[in-house]
Amino acid sequence: MAETKKIATRESFGLALCELAKEHPEIVVLDADLAAATKTDIFKKAYPDRFFDCGISEGNMIGVAAGLAACGKVPFAASFAMFATGRAYEQIRNSVGYPHLNVKIAGSHAGITVGEDGATHQCCEDLALMRTIPGMVVLNPADHYEMTEAVKASYEYNGPVYIRLGRLAIDSFNDPETYHFELGKGITLKEGEDVTVIATGLVVNEALKAVRALEAKGINARLINMHTIKPIDKDIIIKAAKETGRIITVEEHNIIGGLGEAVCAVTAECCPVPVSRIGIQDTYGHSGPALGLLAEFGLDAEGLEKSIEAIVKK
Amino acid sequence: MDNQELLEMKKNACKVRQYIIEGVFNAKSGHPGGSLSAADIITYLYFKEMKVDPQNPHDPDRDRFVLSKGHCCPALYGALALKGYFPADEIKVLRHIGAMLQGHPDMKHTPGVDMSSGSLGQGISAACGMALAAKYDNKDYRVYAMLGDGECEEGQVWEAAMFACHNKLDNLCVIVDFNGLQIDGRVDDVAGLGAVDEKFRSFGFEVIKIDGHSYDEIEAALDKAKTVKGRPTAIIAATIKGKGVSYMEDQVGWHGKAPNADEYKIAMDELNAQLKALEA
Repeated sequence: MAETKKIATRESFGLALCELAKEHPEIVVLDADLAAATKTDIFKKAYPDRFFDCGISEGNMIGVAAGLAACGKVPFAASFAMFATGRAYEQIRNSVGYPHLNVKIAGSHAGITVGEDGATHQCCEDLALMRTIPGMVVLNPADHYEMTEAVKASYEYNGPVYIRLGRLAIDSFNDPETYHFELGKGITLKEGEDVTVIATGLVVNEALKAVRALEAKGINARLINMHTIKPIDKDIIIKAAKETGRIITVEEHNIIGGLGEAVCAVTAECCPVPVSRIGIQDTYGHSGPALGLLAEFGLDAEGLEKSIEAIVKK
Repeated sequence: MDNQELLEMKKNACKVRQYIIEGVFNAKSGHPGGSLSAADIITYLYFKEMKVDPQNPHDPDRDRFVLSKGHCCPALYGALALKGYFPADEIKVLRHIGAMLQGHPDMKHTPGVDMSSGSLGQGISAACGMALAAKYDNKDYRVYAMLGDGECEEGQVWEAAMFACHNKLDNLCVIVDFNGLQIDGRVDDVAGLGAVDEKFRSFGFEVIKIDGHSYDEIEAALDKAKTVKGRPTAIIAATIKGKGVSYMEDQVGWHGKAPNADEYKIAMDELNAQLKALEA
C-alpha cells in the first residue's frame, strides 16, 4: 500500500511537471505570481528558462498560453482555482476553448480546504465553470499518485484541460504499484450493492473511510472515484444505478454544476434512480483551519458516514 | 516602395475595401467602419511586410498576424482572399450558416487566420505568447497585433503591454488603428482613453505615430520597428473610420451596420471609380 506521508496535490502537480518536462522540451509553465503556492516553483527552480511569471494578470496569462500553444508549445498555466477559472473564464472560453488550443490550466487552492484565507479564495465553482466550455477536459485527482498520472494524461491529450489542485496535505490511498489512470474512466474503489457513493478529488479518501465504517453497520456501499468530471464516465454511473438503485455524490464543490449534477444528467437520461448530492450547499465558505471546515461542511469521514447512513435509511 | 509598387498596393487596398463592402452587404451585418480604417495597414502587412506563404499557411516559421480587433475581419478576409489563401467567393457568404468565414476570426477553419479573436483585449495577449514562443525556439519570425483604439479601454491590453516589455518582446509589433470612434460614440467622449501613445511609451514600448493611410509612413514605421531591440514597438496609426466610402467616413453609425442596396451601390461605385483611377 501507499506510504503514509501526507502530500498536497498541488505539490504532486509541481513534481509531476518536472518529471514530464525532462522528456518534453515543448512543455512550458506560466504562473500569475503564485508559484510558491501553486507549486510551479518546483518547476521554476528546475527549468528557469521554461518558466514565465505573468504577474498578477490571469487574463493575460491565459492569452499568452494560447499564443504559445498556437506556436506548438504545451503550456501549463497555473493560478488559484478562483482566479484561473473565475477571473479568466472568458479568456479560457474564447482564447483557449473555442480554438481548442493545447493549453493545460491548473487551479490550485480549490474548495473550502484553502482554510484561513476564507471565502474570497475558496473556489467551489471551478468545476462548474470549466464543465460548460465545449471540448474542455476537467480533472480532479484525489491523491498524489492520481495527480502524477493525471498530469501525464493531460499532456498526452491534445486539447484544453483543467486540473484541480488542492492546498491541503493529504494521505495517499492509491497503491502506486497497481494504480492505473485512464482519462474519462472512473475507478471502483470498493464494491457494494446497497448504494453507490461517487466521490471526486480531496474527499474521495474521506468517502473511502466512511464507506468502510458503514460496513460494520450493515451498509454495503460501492465507492467510485470519479477523477474525470468531463467527459464523465457514463458507463460506470449507469452500471451503478442499475446494480445499486441509488447514488450519492460527494464533492468539495457547490452541488450546483459539479460532479453531482454531472451524475444526475447521466442518471436522468439513461437510468433514473434517486441521486443525493453531498457538497457545498450553494453557499460560501469562511475562514478557519481546513480540517475544521471539512468537518463543519460535513465532508470529513465522520460527516459523510452520518449523511450516507441517513440517506440510505431514509 | 517605388511608384509601381505603391500603385499596386493602393489597388490591392481598394480591392480589399470592395471585399469588405461585398461581404458585409451580403451578410446584412458586420463591421464596415473599422474594417475600412484598417484596410491600408492590413493590405500592407500581407502584401509587403510579412513573410507568409498562402500555399503553406501553417509554416511554423511564418510571421503571424493577430487581429485583436476581431470584428474587423472583413478587412483580413479580403486581404487573405486577395493573397490567395482561399477563393474570394467565400466572402459573399461571410456570416452565413455553414460558411467558412465566421463573424469573427476562426483559426480552426480559415486558412491564414493565425488566432481566433473577437473578444476585445485578448488578441494582444495571444500575440505576446506567439512572440515568446519565437524567442523560446530561437526563431526569427515576427508577430503583428492590430488593436482598436476603443479596445485599449480593456484592462487586458495593459496587462499584455506590461508582459511584452518585461519579456523584451522586440519581435512583437502592436498596431493601434486609431480611428477615434467606438460603438457608443467618440472614444474621447465614451471613456476618456487619453494619450495612448504616452501610455504605451510609459510601459516601455518604442512608440511611432503615423498616418495609417499613408503607405510611406506605414512602411517607415514597420521598418523602424524591425530595428528596435530589447522592447516591443507600438505603432499608433491615425485613421479614418469608414475610409474610402464617402458617407461612412468618420461616422459612428457605420461601426456595425450593413449598407442597404442603395448604399451598397454607392459604395461600390465609389470604390470602382477609385480603382479605375488607379488603373488609368
